[in-house]
Amino acid sequence: MDITKRRKFKNRIFHVLTFLCTLFGVIILSVLLFSILSKGIKWLSLNFLTNFPSRFPKKAGIYPALLGSLWLIFLTAIISFPIGIGTALYLEEYAKESKFTDFIKLNIANLAGVPAIIYGMLGLTIFVRLLGFGRSIISGALTMSLLILPTIIISSQEALKSVPDSLKQASYALGTTKWQTITGVVLPYALPGILTGTILSISRALGEAAPLIVVGAFAYVSFIPKTPFDQFTVLPIQIFNWASMPKKEFQNVAAAGIIVLLIILLGINSIAIILRNKYQIRIKD
Amino acid sequence: MENIIKIENLNFYYGNFLALKNINMDIYKNKITAFIGPSGCGKSTLLRTLNRMNDFIENIKVEGNIYFKGQNIYSKEVDPVELRRRIGMVFQKPNPFPKTIYENIVYGLRKNGVNKKEILDEVVERTLKAVALYDEVKDKIYKSALELSGGQQQRLCIARAIAMQPEVVLMDEPTSALDPISTLKIEELLLELKKDYTIIIVTHSMQQAARISDWTAFFLNGELIEYDTTENIFENPRDKRTEDYITGRFG
Repeated sequence: MDITKRRKFKNRIFHVLTFLCTLFGVIILSVLLFSILSKGIKWLSLNFLTNFPSRFPKKAGIYPALLGSLWLIFLTAIISFPIGIGTALYLEEYAKESKFTDFIKLNIANLAGVPAIIYGMLGLTIFVRLLGFGRSIISGALTMSLLILPTIIISSQEALKSVPDSLKQASYALGTTKWQTITGVVLPYALPGILTGTILSISRALGEAAPLIVVGAFAYVSFIPKTPFDQFTVLPIQIFNWASMPKKEFQNVAAAGIIVLLIILLGINSIAIILRNKYQIRIKD
Repeated sequence: MENIIKIENLNFYYGNFLALKNINMDIYKNKITAFIGPSGCGKSTLLRTLNRMNDFIENIKVEGNIYFKGQNIYSKEVDPVELRRRIGMVFQKPNPFPKTIYENIVYGLRKNGVNKKEILDEVVERTLKAVALYDEVKDKIYKSALELSGGQQQRLCIARAIAMQPEVVLMDEPTSALDPISTLKIEELLLELKKDYTIIIVTHSMQQAARISDWTAFFLNGELIEYDTTENIFENPRDKRTEDYITGRFG
């Protein structure tokens, strides 16, 4: 075989190999989706969405967990969004370069890698016991905020870093203060990136169960949470609870719960994509 | 001749590096002053000390005095934000905001509390006419400024700077990213603008300095080698180094 042929052959092999790698993920995902859809789709009904959990699979519903999850992500979002952006703005725009800020930045990156259950322990100690919020939605939301803050901060920092220095200089040269430059140029430019990162983090919070179990979300809830200080459960915990039931039909109920969770997740992620595409500004170089 | 800026014994340090050495010069009102010299000679640094844009760099030190209409701009009483309203700047690369043409021009005014639509409309029309852009863009002033060509963008940036009605306009190689025709248009524009503004322009092009400036300052390694009328600098330079540079022997 001459050298050109051999090179072309090698090229083709790697083409196929990388394609197989991609296929691996796609196939696993489709198998999962298929198995869940085939089990759960016929259990999905309006009653399923509006009923309380029950010992009888036919009557079991997801209403309290659905509301619990919506409450949780709503509160988590309004807590973590301002704190996260505030921190990122401070680190990128105000803080002078020093050992201290380097230390903070390094630790934020480390915190992003801390296992979720550790945040659960922290939440239990501080919010549930020390501050006396009890096993309530607000304890859960505060814990989730801690969990996703590092990711929000880091993605916001990246978005802020992407703002061209030339635009900031142009703003300063027109006689504006730092804050005016941040609101006038920096934030409008960085906002799509910040929002994308934040929304993806929040959708992560939506799927987490472990820290909430530690903080004390209930597996079985027969009431609707009305205030942030009420007890609650969330979709992943409810799903986990059903999946561990001995009755076989509950497996299908769990699958139906997963479909609901997936639909919400996909919904949130598509909002992120739409926002990014709508507001993304393309700068010609 | 009335001077508007007076630079006295100015030393400028980046960390320990002395980037400007004992600069003394007067900038005259309603004239175009060109700063020329090879890369790294300190001409851009000097330009940026005049509106305190160097303040954003960490580890800098300024010694000496710069007076703007008699007031030392590095004294504690001077607010750099206020100073930059009165001394505008145009950068090397056109840097319009990713906003509409209209919003680009009124950005500085809005941030300074001017929000009356009639005033803003008037400023947009007047400045676009002043930079000879009005006829080209009058149908799309509510469209993104990023759709303009490079030369148009740079003229928009000049319009944006003069919308603040500054007294001095600093220009840091404003045509180096542009094609010859756009460059020519901007040069014509500067000659027009000097009736109302004092212009200081850093340029790499000696021809440009010769074509448009009234005064030329030649810098080398952080020193002001020679400062005179453009005619004298190009026809009878007193210093050998100036002569070598303008005749293209180095740089």
